[in-house]
Amino acid sequence: MASESGPKKLTPKERMKIPRQSMPAEDPNTRRHDFHEVNLGFTTALAVKEAQRCIECKKPGCIQGCPVHVHIREFVALVAEERFEEAAQIIKQDNSLPAICGRVCPQEEQCEHLCVLGKKGDPVAIGHLERFVADWERNGGGLMTVQRPEPTGKRVAVVGSGPAGLSCATDLVKQGHVVTVFEALHELGGVLVYGIPEFRLPKEIVHAEIRQLEKLGVEFQTNVVIGQTVTIDELFGEEGFDAVFLGVGAGLPRFLNVPGENLVGVYSSNEFLTRVNLMKAYCQDSDTPVIDLEGRNVAVFGAGNTAMDAVRTALRLGAKTARIIYRRSADEMPARKEEIHHAKEEGVEFVLLHRPLEFVGDAERRLRHVRLQQMELGPPDDSGRRRPVPIEGNETTLDIDLAVVAIGNEANPMIQKSSPEIEHTKWGTIQADDETCRTSRRGVFAGGDIVTGGATVILAMGAGRRAAASIDEYLRTGAWEAEPDVEAANADSNADANAGVKAAE
Amino acid sequence: MFPILEARSLAPDVVYFRIEAPRIARKRRAGQFVILRVKDGGERIPLTIADSDPDEGWIALIVQGVGKTTKMLNALTAGDTIADVAGPLGEPSHIENFGTAVSIGGGVGAAIAYPTAVALKDAGNEVISILGGRTRELVILENEMREICDEVLTTTDDGSYGIHGRVTDPLAEMIRSGRKIDFVLAIGPIPMMKAVAETTRPHGIRTVVSLNPIMVDGTGMCGGCRVTIGDETKFACVDGPEFDAHLVDFDTLSARNRAYLDFEHHRLEQYEHRHGAGEGLFPDPEKRDAETHDPETHDPEGCHLARRIRALKDEAERTEPQNATSTPGTSASRPEE
Repeated sequence: MASESGPKKLTPKERMKIPRQSMPAEDPNTRRHDFHEVNLGFTTALAVKEAQRCIECKKPGCIQGCPVHVHIREFVALVAEERFEEAAQIIKQDNSLPAICGRVCPQEEQCEHLCVLGKKGDPVAIGHLERFVADWERNGGGLMTVQRPEPTGKRVAVVGSGPAGLSCATDLVKQGHVVTVFEALHELGGVLVYGIPEFRLPKEIVHAEIRQLEKLGVEFQTNVVIGQTVTIDELFGEEGFDAVFLGVGAGLPRFLNVPGENLVGVYSSNEFLTRVNLMKAYCQDSDTPVIDLEGRNVAVFGAGNTAMDAVRTALRLGAKTARIIYRRSADEMPARKEEIHHAKEEGVEFVLLHRPLEFVGDAERRLRHVRLQQMELGPPDDSGRRRPVPIEGNETTLDIDLAVVAIGNEANPMIQKSSPEIEHTKWGTIQADDETCRTSRRGVFAGGDIVTGGATVILAMGAGRRAAASIDEYLRTGAWEAEPDVEAANADSNADANAGVKAAE
Repeated sequence: MFPILEARSLAPDVVYFRIEAPRIARKRRAGQFVILRVKDGGERIPLTIADSDPDEGWIALIVQGVGKTTKMLNALTAGDTIADVAGPLGEPSHIENFGTAVSIGGGVGAAIAYPTAVALKDAGNEVISILGGRTRELVILENEMREICDEVLTTTDDGSYGIHGRVTDPLAEMIRSGRKIDFVLAIGPIPMMKAVAETTRPHGIRTVVSLNPIMVDGTGMCGGCRVTIGDETKFACVDGPEFDAHLVDFDTLSARNRAYLDFEHHRLEQYEHRHGAGEGLFPDPEKRDAETHDPETHDPEGCHLARRIRALKDEAERTEPQNATSTPGTSASRPEE
């Protein structure tokens, strides 16, 4: 198998002796002051060495753990042989956004979680390898070959240019359909550009991935708010589409519902991150402000990935203290371990087992303090996690200048308002079949956070791909099966949605 | 890119724009707004749609130059383009036959109140318009209002024109004199809307205000525009922008709109330092202002808005009632500044 120029093939024993290679990262004391990417990426030597650790299982668990079923064993073997371009091709068969997924997927819960090496030691760093291959290709290592398939003459409207929409669009255009992606904001990428900070996912990478899709023939239209600017009826009518995919995301921030939450200085994580990421408030010349944090005290409520993004962003904007305030204990924090680790390294403080009671402002209605209730863990709740209960009488007050509420999102009601014929759940999410992504309306498919409630980039991408396959089938056969078992499927996905929401709390 | 078809001064640093935006023009209903970015790197600001023509495919905005973004916008002329315009956003106004309706417009709010007055009239209301301004030249669209309203009253803070006082003075006087008022719509700076709410509250007169909090996305995603309405928090972008005036917490709204005051002043200073201050922003300021804004010499025929509204009115008389505009926020910039 090994090419002549490649490294020599190792025995399984030799492979298992290689320790997991660690990801080079910026020094915490430097990076906490800037927005440069924290993880620097594997060098070629590190990547090859890490890839050599893979023992090429006959029945690889990793692939089962991947929501889009990337052929992990094949691409890792190719990296071990330094055949990076072929590795990139293998990944791209299943994942249209590898440079992004290599950075933000929770691999430790997915592919790497099922890696056989993880049973006794450390799993293969699949995410880091995926990132290496994607970066290698993007940085000019690979020859971009675009093959236009036979056109089908069918037109698909993809609503939302986040992870679900982009992955759906990619598969559809490869199948020969004409694809138009509609985005409400002025910039493409959805949560990848407004939500995830530069230091975790440089925007240039998102732009590059989108340019690739443009090369494949996907058309993008910004500033179109589906439901307001154009309705779904019009997409099928005067706009002439044959199918519609709704990948609009969750997009309605949840608040704590405590007094003082509308004071100046209380942000939703969406607003804080959108100002900084999408509107570039961290740049000197941006016209969009964010409250000046130089020397200020910041508290972020919640302990998911978004909360970590917000608190680390606050540090970079000059905050004197940046705290995570979470009502449960460290074990229940839903964020990725790597994010929590990075946050701690950078000096984020964790105030666990505390819940906010009230935000207190000054005469100008600017936030000054937060009153906190100390909690302890009681018996498990519906989510299986131990329920936090107040310790009566144990209240504290913390001086803060900025609060960021990062406890998840609900479903944005815009589609529901303008297209009431599309069935929604009582949580406001769209009812769609888990496998086929079909909604209650013929020709309309949905996937991602608008169906599951707040989840991850890769789960949304998985849904986008399933939807694309289902749309392709619908467009080729014209068959809209007698009422797919939407209700049964949704009983499950709603349970998931609920769990997802809880996980964010 | 959205081409500007017409740009015309209505008053010092208040510009009427017609912008090509066919999809928005088709959809827009009274009370809705757009979010725009003047150019790449600019901020996103909400602006109420003053008018639209679905056949010709344009929308009209009336913009008061208050901060850097609105001044930058007001320096544009026909043939220029605006980078991004998204909409129509928000819920449309609720218009019905209330009986006697008072439409109150403070400053540039008056320009936006104008089409609403038409809609209220078309719905069968007796419509009284109160137009207020700090000084004479800031009372706009009076002639147009006279053509469609049953009665028009004007007020100036400095007494240079009309009643010397605030818009609430004639309103309070009408109430005191026992005149039956069934509905009040107030559009303008926050202190004005608050004062109107306090004037009508003791009498239980149904009063609606259109709020203009700071927004970023305008689609419900950021929650920055949240306002306290009674015991509830609402998002002005998707739940509003119009709300029951008697339930609005104006003080919190005012505080939230002042959140970035220092930043805004700084940006404006930088901008004016580079481009010259105030009226100097107009390509040919003297000519442009002279053409328009003296209330006595002002020719309503010259303003596309006026022609268009009049045409609408004629059409409405012939056919069914016509929805028209309303609303505030003619700039993300805070009017009370």
